[in-house]
Order: sequence, then structure tokens, then C-alpha cells
Amino acid sequence: MSHQNSSSTTRRHFLKTAAVASAGVAVLPSPALTAGAFSDGDDLIRVGLIGCGGRGTGAASQALSTKGNVQLVAMADAFGDKVDKCHHRLQKQFGNKPGRVGVDQDHKFSGFDAYKNVIESGVDLVILATPPGFRPIHFEAAVKAGKNVFMEKPVATDPAGVNKVLDAVKLAKQKNLKVGVGLQRHHQYTYRETLKRIKDGAIGNIVTLRCYWNGAGVWVRPRKKGQTEMEYQMRNWYYFNWLCGDHITEQHIHNLDVCNWLKDGFPVKAWGMGGRQVRKGIDNGEIYDHFSVEFEYADGTRMLSQCRHIPGCWNSVSEHAHGSKGYANLSGVRIESTDGKWRYSGKRNNPYQTEHDDLFAAIRKNTPYNEGHYGAMSTMTSILGRMATYSGKPVKMKKALESNMSLMPKEFAFDATPPTTPDEHGHYPIPVPGVTRPF
Amino acid sequence: MNYSLMFRLRGYRSRLQGPLSVFLGLALTCCLISCSNAKSKPTASEEKTTNIEAAKTVPEMKSYKQKIPGTDVRFEMVPVRGGVYGMGSPTTEKKRKQNEGPQHNVKIEPFWMGKYEVTWDEYDIWTFNLDINRRKVKKLKPSKQDRLADAVTKPTKPYTDMTFDMGHDGYPAICMTQLAAKMYCKWLSAKTGHFYRLPTEAEWEYACRAGKTTAYSFGDNPKKLGDYAWYFANSDEKYHPVGKKKPNPWGLYDMHGNVSEWVLDQYDPKYYYKFGKGKLSLSPLNIPTKLYPRVVRGGSWDDDAEQLRSSSRFGSSKEWKVQDPQLPQSVWYHTDALQVGFRIVRPLRVPSAEEIKRLQLVPDNVKKERD
Repeated sequence: MSHQNSSSTTRRHFLKTAAVASAGVAVLPSPALTAGAFSDGDDLIRVGLIGCGGRGTGAASQALSTKGNVQLVAMADAFGDKVDKCHHRLQKQFGNKPGRVGVDQDHKFSGFDAYKNVIESGVDLVILATPPGFRPIHFEAAVKAGKNVFMEKPVATDPAGVNKVLDAVKLAKQKNLKVGVGLQRHHQYTYRETLKRIKDGAIGNIVTLRCYWNGAGVWVRPRKKGQTEMEYQMRNWYYFNWLCGDHITEQHIHNLDVCNWLKDGFPVKAWGMGGRQVRKGIDNGEIYDHFSVEFEYADGTRMLSQCRHIPGCWNSVSEHAHGSKGYANLSGVRIESTDGKWRYSGKRNNPYQTEHDDLFAAIRKNTPYNEGHYGAMSTMTSILGRMATYSGKPVKMKKALESNMSLMPKEFAFDATPPTTPDEHGHYPIPVPGVTRPF
Repeated sequence: MNYSLMFRLRGYRSRLQGPLSVFLGLALTCCLISCSNAKSKPTASEEKTTNIEAAKTVPEMKSYKQKIPGTDVRFEMVPVRGGVYGMGSPTTEKKRKQNEGPQHNVKIEPFWMGKYEVTWDEYDIWTFNLDINRRKVKKLKPSKQDRLADAVTKPTKPYTDMTFDMGHDGYPAICMTQLAAKMYCKWLSAKTGHFYRLPTEAEWEYACRAGKTTAYSFGDNPKKLGDYAWYFANSDEKYHPVGKKKPNPWGLYDMHGNVSEWVLDQYDPKYYYKFGKGKLSLSPLNIPTKLYPRVVRGGSWDDDAEQLRSSSRFGSSKEWKVQDPQLPQSVWYHTDALQVGFRIVRPLRVPSAEEIKRLQLVPDNVKKERD
């Protein structure tokens, strides 16, 4: 097959990641839900998956592709059909690696409380990949139960959730639990090298930052007959703020987080404008389709941010830094300064795999590893931008956090009433700048 | 197995008109042109009023601009007369690879080919329903063809922006799977009423060579490549707007470089060994039976000069979507194939429904194979 290998490889773009997935596979005894957790000297890391959608399935696949003994032992989702699909998918994926997927019928859980069953299944690590609204509840429960965690971004949708995560992060540190957050750019070689250079002074002092997630938008899951309002919102979760946080939080967090990473800090204030101009269909819930936000850091540096979900417009998913002696394209991994031009030419990796490799290596070596604080604060950065946009007012980070505002429902059940409900035409109340209060 | 597109050769030996006849000189002796209705050459005044796109015979084939109905976007098609050529590289060619041989004679039926690679301007209409959105905003009723086109399957929306900040308007579309490229053709056919598809690998190389037997359509010297192509040495590590370099002798731009282009065939490094020595193969096509690898051609901004040679072949790979973080991974996107796009062709003879299905012209019959 040498023909094929050489033919599918371009000059520089080929990722040398294929080897990672096939590294170090051992045959495991099964079933593995016996005594002896990883910390007791057993080299098997038992994984529980909470949230069995496309990303949860992908994250589980990456966890199971890390080096050493690792096994998926329990799964949960609000919906049983998602659990079954995910299980089937992973079994197929790891068909040639017996033992990686060791989930029996008794360890497939569904419903709002299913996460508790997974946490109680003798796992060493849980993957939290449900819609982000649930993350604080799941994270807190996992940490209290002494579990290592990989959680997807964003880690909350409201200040109350962020505060809960921040508290649990402290507890996790006390308990020496490892916490990974799915802001995978931190594990991408191109970003790491570019940011290191800027921090070492490649463009002088940072004057302004810019970042964008302007795209066409994402999937829609239209209402189906027989669904309760709660089930509909849970299925079509992207369009409801208590579940998703709006796209500034669900997607744009990546770019805001890169700017925070470069600044080694978080904004103290935000001003924004935005609205719902094009995407306002019956299944588009309550979220906006565009935001333009200006953030200010403690030292007065401004970060300009845009995110948009409208097809046919100028698109960009990128971050940029302007300094006293040059400019850096963080996503494009190029620097131009008075010292000359630089472009990343090193090895490229698949950060979705590396973020799991790094977390699992930290667990095995017992080295400190906790990405929870910046995960929570970058989440809060995006929420701050949303609050400033919805209200049309400047909003301070400190006050927003102190508000402890919560979007979450009082009761979690498929027949319970979600925090927002449609009028007789199926439309939901939309935030109105100048009227809507920030918190 | 050597699958062939067997065309019924009715009609008569035709003298090709215009400068194209020169390069086809050698091929003419065995080149029979399928032509059911001989028509006299239109006069100048007639030509103005003739719908050039409606050509039914080789002499009628002209370059044309096609507006995608219900949009302001146009694409250009260039006629490629049928002929015979040696597919693959001679053993004497510098930097050749084994998968380019043995060289064998192939007969190609006439078709039009996109003057440029398909751009985002065109591709996004299909992906994002931009035509439908426009109708809604302007309160326009869909035409019959709009309705047919609307019914063609659309891809899921990409989670991220697939231009990767390299440019949009006037730049080639990238990162699509072969399935997506084929489905775009299906949509475009419904939308325009003409049958568009991906080229076969044999058609692609025929058009790329443009009658030349040298490594590139401008000769053998890679030092001249910068005049004709975007490749690693001059691309600044990104794609470029289509049509900014010199065209090949048949008026096709960016056949070498910029983005690699999907063709219909399954990639098999030993495929050319299946052709008998000295025999003429009629429109060969290696009908796909599995998802990977499939052929892309032409090399890209991310490739070195030797990979831009007319005969250079590439196979697609599962690794082209390694950074799609979802499972199952999307059937529509190769998130890591920033070097892959496509170009469309329109065969003069419209294939039957049976042929479309058997040859998997649009879309694909191969049982969905997930990663």
C-alpha cells in the first residue's frame, strides 16, 4: 500500500496522528467492574460517558484511543436511543480492540438522573458531554464523588453555573483530581508555539485583540409530534439558552478563550450589540444570530469579538493580536513584526486526540492537571458578552458573577415546564436590547 | 476489471472545426464523434440567438457561461473535443511514480469542462440554500427547476467555517467529500437542466494534458510551473482565487495545482495494469466499490512540483477527516483536506438513467461506509 500512503500525503498538511490511535492496545479481562480502581494500583482506567451525542461519542473514542489500559464501562444520556446508537458506534469503532468497550446492558442509563448511575459505576474518569447547561451539576457531582473529569466546553450557560464549576474546581484541586476541558486549542501545537512566541515578545506589547466565529450556523432538530415541550427543547437544545448559552457561548468561547490565554487573564467588562436578523424560524428558539462585543481586560487592553450564524456572509473562525511592534494571526499561525516574518512550520497534531492523551498521561503519572479554572472563566467571558449584548448595557465581570443569575429549570423531568415556553404561534420571547436586563 | 463507458457510435466521421483540430490530428483517424443530427454551422447572427448551452453536436460545442438560475453567480464551461491519448506517464518521465503506468491508449468522448475549479460562490448556494433564502426574502415563486433542485439532498451544516480563513469569493471550494461533490453536480443538473458530473480520471488527465505528452501541459520544465500553477513553492501555504495563472492550451485554468480535484474513480495504484497493451480503452472508469481511497488529481497549493504533473495520481484517505471531532464523522466534509476541491464536466451525450446508476455518476451506490 505504499502507493496509497505516498499519494494521500500533501507537502505539509498531513497529520501524523494515525499512529496515536493504534498505540498500546492490551487485551483486557472483561467485565471490568470488579474491585480495584486505577488509584489502587490497577493500571486500568475505567471511563464513564455522560452525554452520548456526536461529540460525546467522539470524546469517548479519543479517550479509548489513549495509551495504556482504558475501558468504557458505563454510559448515560437523557435519551435511551442516544445511548444505544453511541454504544453501537463505539463497539464498531473498537471492534478489533476487545475490552475497550465493556458496557453491559445494566450499565446503559437514561433520563435526567442517569449521570448519577454512571458516577456510581466504579469509574475512574467521567466524560461530560451533554448540552452545556447540565455541566455544572454533573461536574460538581463527579468531583464530590472523587472522579477525574474530561468535560466539554462550555462548562455552563449562566453565572450560577460558572460559580458552581469554580467551586468544584477548587475542590477537585484539593482532592488531586485531574480535570480536562475540551478547549482543544490549548493542545494544538500550532497555537502553543505561536502563543509562546507572542508571550516572549514577538510583537511587543499587545495593543488589541480580535477574534471571530462567523459561520453559517448549525443543525436544527424540528419539533416532532408527541414531544413534550421539555423533550423538544432537550432535542433541539442549541436554540435554548438554559441548555446552550447561545452561540457566543457554545462556539465562540473557543476564540475568546484563545485571547484570554494570550492575555493570561479574563475581561473585566464588556459592551455589545447583536440581534436576530435572519435566523428566526419556528425551530430557532430564542437565540440571536449575531453578536459584536468589545471586551476590556484589567490593564485596559480591548478585545474585539464577532460571532454570526448567517449563511452567505463573510466568514472567519480566527484570532488575531496587534502589538507595539507587529501583528500575529493566532489561528493562521503567522507573525509579522519589525523583526521580520515567521510562520509555523513544525509538526501538526490532532488536538482532539492530544487533549485526551495529555489528561490520561497526567492521571497515570499523577501530575497536577486541572483546566477547570480557565474553562469556567472563558465560559463566563462568553456569558458576559451575551449579557452585554442582550441588555445593550456595559456589564462588569465581577457584578455578573456576583449576580449568580441562573437560567436553569426548577424541575428536571420530561413533563416539567422549561424556563422558556412558546406563545400560541410557537414563538419564544426574544431578548430585547434596552429592555432586557443583564441579569 | 476494466469497466468502460460504452458509447454507441452512430453517425459519421466528422471534421473538427477550428484550432482544436490541430492537436487532435493524431487522434482523428480513430475518433468517431457521436452525432445524431448533423447541423450546418450557424451564421454569426444565428449564433447570437442560438442557445449555446443547448448544443447537441460536436461542431455546436462552444464555450459558454451558465448563470445559476435564481442567483447572480455564473460559471464557465469550455468544450473538450473527444479524442485518443496516452494515459499515464512514460517510464522516462522524471519523478514519475509506478502508479502512473503502464501508459495506455484511451479514447475520450466529447464533453465540456469547467474553465475553473468550482468556487465557494457556486458551492455555497447548494450548501446553504442561498437561492432559496433569496426567493424567500424577495418573495419569488420557485420555478419548476428550482423545485427539482430544492429536492436534492443538502449537506449538514459544517460546524466550523470551511474556508479556514483562506478566502471565499472567487476562491475554490474545498474540504468536501467526493459524495458532496457528486451531490452538488446532481443539484446543479436539476437547477440548470443540463447534466453535470465529476470527470472520470481518464477525462481529467485528457483535459489536463490538452494534447501534450509532456509532464505538464506547458512542457517538462518545472521551473516554468509558477506561470501556470499555485503550488507549495509559491502558494504562501494557502489556495488562491481561480484563474489567476495562465491556462492550459485548451483554455482550462488551474488544472495543475491550486486545489486537487475529485474525479469519479476508485483509486487503485495498479489500475493501469488492467489495460491490454496496444489496445484502445473506451472511456475507462474504475467504478468505486468502497469509500476509500478515491482519486483526486492535479496536485495542490500544498504539494511539490512533481505532484502537479498531468499524470500524477492521489488517493483519498480516512485521515482527511481526522479532525472531525464528532462520531459518526460527517459524510459531507473532509475537515482536514484543505487541498481538495473539484471541477465539473458536462458530457455531450447525456447518459441514460441506467448508466447513471450503474456507473455511479451521481450520487453513490456504495453502501454507506462509516469510519
